[in-house]
Amino acid sequence: MNALVQLVAVTKRYADAPALHPTNLSIERGKTTVLIGPSGCGKSTLLRIIIRLIAPDSGTIDFDGSQITAANIDILRHRIGYVIQEGGLFPHLTARANILLMARHLEKSDEEMRTRLSELCELTRFPENLLARYPLELSGGQRQRVSLMRALMLSPELLLLDEPLGALDPLVRASLQKDLKEIFARLRQTTLLVTHDLAEAAYFGDEIVLMNEGRVVQQGSIIDLRERPANPFVSEFINAQRSLAVL
Amino acid sequence: MKRIRKAGKEEIQPLFRRFRIVFHFCAVLPFLIFTCSLFCAQPVLIGSKKFTESYVLGEIAKRTLNEAGIPAEHRQGMGGTIILWEALRGGQIDIYLEYTGTIAQEILKTERQLSVQEIRDALTKTGVGMTEPLGFNNTYALVMRRNEAQRLGIRTIGDLRKHPELKIGLTHEFLDRRDGWRPLRQRYSLPQLNIIGIDHALGYAALANGSIDVKDAYSTDAKIAENDLVSLVDDFDFFPKYDAVFLFRTSLRDDAIAGLHGLAGTLDEARMIRLNAEAERTKNYTTAANLYFQNAVGSTVTTGESFWQKLARWTLRHLELAGFSLLLSVMTGIPLGIVASRGGATGNMILGFAGVMQTVPSLALLALLVPLPFFGISVRTAITALFLYGLLPIVRNTASGLQDIPRSLRESAIALGLAPAARLWRIYLPMASRSILSGIKTSAVINIGTATLAALIGAGGYGEPILSGLNLNDHVTILEGAIPAALLALVVQWSFDLLDRILIPKGLRL
Ligand SMILES: Nc1ncnc2c1ncn2[C@@H]1O[C@H](COP(=O)(O)OP(=O)(O)OP(=O)(O)O)[C@@H](O)[C@H]1O
Ligand SMILES: [Mg+2]
Repeated sequence: MNALVQLVAVTKRYADAPALHPTNLSIERGKTTVLIGPSGCGKSTLLRIIIRLIAPDSGTIDFDGSQITAANIDILRHRIGYVIQEGGLFPHLTARANILLMARHLEKSDEEMRTRLSELCELTRFPENLLARYPLELSGGQRQRVSLMRALMLSPELLLLDEPLGALDPLVRASLQKDLKEIFARLRQTTLLVTHDLAEAAYFGDEIVLMNEGRVVQQGSIIDLRERPANPFVSEFINAQRSLAVL
Repeated sequence: MKRIRKAGKEEIQPLFRRFRIVFHFCAVLPFLIFTCSLFCAQPVLIGSKKFTESYVLGEIAKRTLNEAGIPAEHRQGMGGTIILWEALRGGQIDIYLEYTGTIAQEILKTERQLSVQEIRDALTKTGVGMTEPLGFNNTYALVMRRNEAQRLGIRTIGDLRKHPELKIGLTHEFLDRRDGWRPLRQRYSLPQLNIIGIDHALGYAALANGSIDVKDAYSTDAKIAENDLVSLVDDFDFFPKYDAVFLFRTSLRDDAIAGLHGLAGTLDEARMIRLNAEAERTKNYTTAANLYFQNAVGSTVTTGESFWQKLARWTLRHLELAGFSLLLSVMTGIPLGIVASRGGATGNMILGFAGVMQTVPSLALLALLVPLPFFGISVRTAITALFLYGLLPIVRNTASGLQDIPRSLRESAIALGLAPAARLWRIYLPMASRSILSGIKTSAVINIGTATLAALIGAGGYGEPILSGLNLNDHVTILEGAIPAALLALVVQWSFDLLDRILIPKGLRL
């Protein structure tokens, strides 16, 4: 079994409605898994459960063979990177301080941090001279690169990306897509990426997980989804996105 | 592993380090002054009520003790009878001047006229001693403008019955006394309905400009002659005798008690009126007190402190009051605000408590603390009241500053794996720093203003000249306190604006 993360029968309900019906999902090592589905189908909820910003109502989540619990999550979070649409950078810290925040907290050596920082700047094509800037002094694309560097700083085994490119204009988005794909390949990074853009999913996804109304509807490659839809919703979703692309 | 500090020049020290430096700075200064004032010397403490004669006699007692080589301090104008009596009983003061009539009526709560010996016996049981009378009877009197009294043919209190239209202004103390207005009105069947309560010194101004026609006064009051007033004859002998005596704690050192006894029988009414008049003329109680010694022994005159010395003393005390209370407000307000920001029943309770504290008028808060054990008439009480008063802006701003942090940023901090304490120090508090600092600034400016009230319980500061100026109806003296207080508030405001630039992270000021 080569899964880094294994969700078994995970459920979550908010006050009025279930957000996640019993859900099973495995995230393979070294691969990019893409979560896709209509707005409100539970993609972010799933990510937030893995990093335990919210606790599941039932079910288990195993990370690298051991179950994630409230007790061990603090350690496990150091092995998981998390990037959200707005970046989540702290405005009172410079780009550098944002990236180094955890490393400093864990008292890594100066030398180690300096080396890692240059590596990351090169990897994400971020100009080192901008490291002294505050988030408000950076463009949206630059901010997402910093956010990615912060997530990658401790060389996490798992990278969770919740619509990281959602707020960017198409040109910036395209160039970041290309860079991200390269980075994932170079690092052989296990990644779970949320998007609602089928083209983006097809571009990144070794494995695509299509969700609807709190359930996983189908999991497979883009070919699988297109050629062998599990039910009418899958074809409907794919066709809707296609016709959009034609526009 | 090596601790990392400077990975780049623009990485300013973590915020909490800077906070700590400022905390230390703020903490050390007022604390030193405070402890010093508590422990350095244990002088005999003399209290006085809030009127000229009491101030002057307080000064006389102080100088008498000083000349006997006994360190003594005078807490001027602390309030009315009950406040001083409780302060004496509680040991916050050692000596104050009282009148036999007041002791019988207000303290021993009896309707009978008591002899000096009876009074002394009753007081001894409570651990308080009393000197022989100083020599003058300062009884209550009702006074009117002389020309008005003549025009209306009023000579005695009984004559007031014929003129129900007269407006009467009385001090709050006289209105409430057992030998005050109510029994007086009953005894003489007075018909007047137009009664207002007014401060003693302001009452003379009201009498002069005709807003009132009759007021209460003390028979040795220099203002009677000065303002061309007449005392109405007490034809029913209603007012008891008010012989001036010093009350002291029997635990007071013997040489000090002997010094006080030496003052007995040395002041008749005429002399007391002269001293009172001198105090009002020179606006200086020490000068008036010196007159007593000049005539008695012909010793050299000490002119007391210069204005600048006084200003320095007031400023130091004012800073001590406002600074120390602010420090307490900050040290408790921020943690309370952090708890309150989490909401829930506890949070609401904290915000509710701080809110209620601020709606209590500051004067009432002082008055409520005085009777409590541990507090009494002291700097401690003033600082506590100011501290409670300054809590709300800090608690509220801390809570709202923290609550305003977007959820996505809170979650980013959690998802990074930062421990709760590190999240608070490195992320949440710095992000809320602008709001917290503005709360502290509000609290500081309020404190500077409110601290002037501390003089009411003898805690000093800029309120001291304001109070005594109010008592003397002397605007210059009032301004001697009011102007520095306003300037200080401006300076504090300005320093905080400067502090903003240091403490609020640059990234939040873009
Ligand atoms: N804190 C909350 N309280 C109540 N309901 C919530 C809460 N958070 C999310 N939901 C609901 O749970 C469902 C799943 O939300 P989720 O954020 O996971 O959707 P999503 O797939 O990420 O959507 P999008 O593509 O728009 O980001 C939605 O119906 C949403 O309204
Ligand atoms: Mg979402």
